[in-house]
Amino acid sequence: MEIVPLGDSALIVRVRERFEDSPEETLDEVLQTFQQLRSAAIPGVIELAPAYTTVAVFFDPVAGAKAGERPGEVLGWLREQILHVVAAGGDRGKRRKIKRAVRSVEIPVCYDPEFAPDLDDVARRAGLSTKEVVDLHSVAEYRVACIGFVPGFSFLAGLSKKLATPRRDTPRKEIPPGSVGIGGAQTGIYPLRSPGGWNLIGRTPLNLFNPKKNPPTLLRAGDRVRFRAITKEAFETLKRGEAFE
Amino acid sequence: MIVRRAGFLTSVQDLGRTGLREFGVSTSGALDSFALRVANLLVGNDEGAAGLEITLGGLQLRFDDERIVAWCGGEFDVYIGSTALPAGHTAFLRAGEELKFGRPQIGCRCWLAVSGGIDVPIVLGSRSTDLRANFGGFEGRCLRDGDVISLGPRPGSPTPATGISSWTAPHDWASPAKRDPILRFGRGIDSSRFNDVTIQHFANEAFTVSPDSDRMGVRFDGLELQREDNIDLTSEAVAPGTVQVPPSGKPILLLGDCQTIGGYPKIAHVITVDLGIAAQLRAVDHVRFSEVSLADAHRLLLERERELERFRIGLSLQSS
Repeated sequence: MEIVPLGDSALIVRVRERFEDSPEETLDEVLQTFQQLRSAAIPGVIELAPAYTTVAVFFDPVAGAKAGERPGEVLGWLREQILHVVAAGGDRGKRRKIKRAVRSVEIPVCYDPEFAPDLDDVARRAGLSTKEVVDLHSVAEYRVACIGFVPGFSFLAGLSKKLATPRRDTPRKEIPPGSVGIGGAQTGIYPLRSPGGWNLIGRTPLNLFNPKKNPPTLLRAGDRVRFRAITKEAFETLKRGEAFE
Repeated sequence: MIVRRAGFLTSVQDLGRTGLREFGVSTSGALDSFALRVANLLVGNDEGAAGLEITLGGLQLRFDDERIVAWCGGEFDVYIGSTALPAGHTAFLRAGEELKFGRPQIGCRCWLAVSGGIDVPIVLGSRSTDLRANFGGFEGRCLRDGDVISLGPRPGSPTPATGISSWTAPHDWASPAKRDPILRFGRGIDSSRFNDVTIQHFANEAFTVSPDSDRMGVRFDGLELQREDNIDLTSEAVAPGTVQVPPSGKPILLLGDCQTIGGYPKIAHVITVDLGIAAQLRAVDHVRFSEVSLADAHRLLLERERELERFRIGLSLQSS
């Protein structure tokens, strides 16, 4: 494990070097570190953010100084605290507990051509029919490796290698919320109207980001995700239901 | 308070949103949070009260009731009727009076505090507008002509209710914008992915601010910074102050609206005390970068906090 400064008010705890080699284990380990650090509530730490192989620790150097650390020693002190927390919680019992706590979320997706302008492209590249693409995409189990880009955008690991498709040469200026896309070896859902370069293959009627709720996102890092193919009628019905929330 | 003219880009901001990075929610907030804190203290507000961030001026406000106002930031011409209100001074506005912001000579942003603060709903712990995700602030958007903005209850301040104060906040706090500034930085997490020549270039050459800059980040033209390797990096956290280098080789300095994660190599991190200067950068400004240690970055930050504490005490003695 490596701990490196991200400027003067954050550190990055690098739990593993690579993500692709073992996404499941890496995620579990990163989330474990994230939860250990959260429950440790180290003084001066403002927030934590897990992403793929790392947990970022944002802190207030002024609070650190109030805790009695000299300017030159705040980072060293924090690094020690982090190492201590992670070492203390390293037993296998806790790891199993965290594994059990992983949530499973099912996301209904309509793969109708109206919502899937790039489905044909993805199929052509993969040498598959569009139905095969939909089947492959909706049968797999994914995990949220990271949330970022825009609030609630979930990067999902676990896409069938056959479906990996490079991003579009020219990103779209505006992508409708709920759009499900493929970008390289990952799949994900656009929660908000935003620009984007991923290949769009469907849309979910679910609202993935709602600032009126806390937590504001439907998905969290580590969640297990499955897509369930739905008809356009089902999409419209669910969409109406979401609007009343 | 009525927005007669909204100007180029004016939004409600406080000190930003924290604790939601794991959900991809950016900090937002005043790009120079220190300037907003000083302006708030000047008008008797809590330093975290919501104010207005004004970009490139053009804002014209009319007040429905008596308020104390103060602003800090770039070099703007600001008027109450025909009377100039310099940065860092407080002014007492009567009902019906108008406050006008011209275009800046130096810098591009300033922060206005109004006694009582801007009263918009708290969304996810903050009154800041998230202009990328369109929530928070005033209806999740920047202000428009004709908007009517609620203000909080006026603090029961005994400040003498006449004209413009003769005393002021320290000049560097009220007017942090500089022509061709130097930004101090600490080594970036990925600086080892650049060779020594590139690092030297970064630390020695001037970079020109591109017109393509916004609240997410300042983009630079000029020398292209080449990487040693071409390995795809795994995305990880970025923060305001991070300087990342995309494949074009043209560095981007991230500001308060930046996304929470990024996959470009991070060559440097501008120190927190200089983020207010970075927030003033506008097209064709020239910038140089100068390396400091993290210990110095922390020392400078703590010194500034101690001075702010003294300033706060001074203000409270003055009004008592």
